[in-house]
Amino acid sequence: MSMPSAAGAHSAASGPSAQARRWRQRHSASAFLMLSPWLIGLVVLTIGPMAMSLWLSFTNFDLLTTPDFVGTRNYAYMLRDPRFAQSLWVTFIYVAVSVPLKLVVALALALLLAKASFGIGPYRAIFYLPSLLGGSVATAIVWRIVFGADGIFNVALGWFGIEGRSWISTPDTALSTLIALSIWQFGAPMVIFLAALKQIPADLYEAAAIDGAGPARMFFSITLPLLTPIVFFNLVLQVINAFQTFTPSYVISGGTGGPSDTTLLYSLYLYLEAFTKLRMGYASAMAWVLLAIIGIITAALFITSGRWVFYADKGDRT
Amino acid sequence: MSVAAPHHRRPARPETVRQVVLFVLALALIYPLLWLVFASLRPEALIFSDPTGLPLPPTGENYIKGWTGTGQSFGLYIVNSIILCGVSVIGNVLACSMVGYVFARLDFPFRKTLFALMLATIMLPHQVTLIPQYTLFRELGWVDTYLPMIVPKFLAVDAFFVFLIVQFVRSIPRELDEAALIDGCGPFATYWRIIFPLLLPALVTTAIFTFLWTYDDFFSQLIYITSPEKFTVPLGLRVFLDTTGESAYGAMLAMSVVALVPAVAFFLIFQKRIVDGVATSGLKG
Repeated sequence: MSMPSAAGAHSAASGPSAQARRWRQRHSASAFLMLSPWLIGLVVLTIGPMAMSLWLSFTNFDLLTTPDFVGTRNYAYMLRDPRFAQSLWVTFIYVAVSVPLKLVVALALALLLAKASFGIGPYRAIFYLPSLLGGSVATAIVWRIVFGADGIFNVALGWFGIEGRSWISTPDTALSTLIALSIWQFGAPMVIFLAALKQIPADLYEAAAIDGAGPARMFFSITLPLLTPIVFFNLVLQVINAFQTFTPSYVISGGTGGPSDTTLLYSLYLYLEAFTKLRMGYASAMAWVLLAIIGIITAALFITSGRWVFYADKGDRT
Repeated sequence: MSVAAPHHRRPARPETVRQVVLFVLALALIYPLLWLVFASLRPEALIFSDPTGLPLPPTGENYIKGWTGTGQSFGLYIVNSIILCGVSVIGNVLACSMVGYVFARLDFPFRKTLFALMLATIMLPHQVTLIPQYTLFRELGWVDTYLPMIVPKFLAVDAFFVFLIVQFVRSIPRELDEAALIDGCGPFATYWRIIFPLLLPALVTTAIFTFLWTYDDFFSQLIYITSPEKFTVPLGLRVFLDTTGESAYGAMLAMSVVALVPAVAFFLIFQKRIVDGVATSGLKG
């Protein structure tokens, strides 16, 4: 930059990086060599299995004998399979209730914590801990007992004069214990919200205060719009994860999805079909339907996001 | 100044309310875990009779009973889990960092396409590859070994960590690798000697989360491991679920405490790094 030459200021300025660029291109053989573990994994463990599982979904396959082509029979059977309908229903409720509630709690606690004048660090850690432990078998065991007939949840209700029951083994309430376990893990999205709250420039609030805005107005006009990209990110992530929840429903129902299939989350039903009944063709079809559902919902979220997700930098560019 | 004043003059009360709310919430949130620890230290017969009090005097009988309660020592499950997690960590740290470096720094044909594919695999539900993978590993004779869980880590299948490292490498000044270029280093030497050591913070995050997620990966362990002597911690706990009614709750609770100890210990040691990792990279935690 400081010495424009005959070659011209522009190319002189880009000299070293152009050289580096050439160097990077010259090594594309090495690049592929270093990528090879990942490329092998991509072909052998992802793309190949995806293709094969799509094919298996049109077969009867019991793992031991050769797959037997049956056309679309697995997909047709799904429409008639009451357990499939039940597991889909249970999973939709689980996702539709647990994800929004979890995000609302996460945002509320992030707001509360952001304003605290001390103790932010320790509380952030304590609130996050359930997210770290929540997917484990041990936690699900605790849940099973806490919400059992003799569990502490009923003891706590007793203090308020409410009569308890076995929340786990009552069909009407079993799923809500799974939802509660999911909401209990609000810490991860809360931590992400908290980090985003710190990014909001304080002068926006100061300007709003000059204009006489109250806390509610500030929340809906400044905080929430600026957080929408994070809300969107958390929403997509949580929805995709929630659709695949397995361990809690397995442990809390003792591997059955009971009582009366009310905790039969999709992944558990798929597991039972594949690995206890060895209906691998049907399970493959279920996997593809799951992929389609997740894909459609994610796509819908992305498409509608234009209407409610606010990107500050987009506004600045105009 | 006059505008900021009302904020400063606000009485301490909202802060007190806030602190009380936070404290009560934190206690309620952690209570199931506290209850677990207390219950595990009570005599079997008293677990449910006095559910809120402190276990006085504490007894270790549930731990003694639980440690050998599944026919195998629970210590064996812990050792198995640690081996599985340890090797997985090595695989992810080496493979994901190398692949991440290539994506972040080198130019090669189809770079953008492959990068997009890598990102797409982050979101891919594992069920779609599950059955063919299982069939493949079965053909290879890998069922009832840890290989189906370990080998994918050495093939950088956990694309999330590749992405994490790509982001981190991009934050390292290019001058550092270009200096290596002048020294005539090849890409691998540049990665190994220059980039890899600088990646330490990202590698620690990768290692911590690989350890914790592998430790809790009940599903893979459930489908691939069948011999009791190869059981990991989650599978050991499952034995209690399968074999017992209320009669062995004490042992099951005690071993649940044992199962949570490594994760909680990790959390206490790396608390700041874990929470910051979630905050900055959106790790699903």
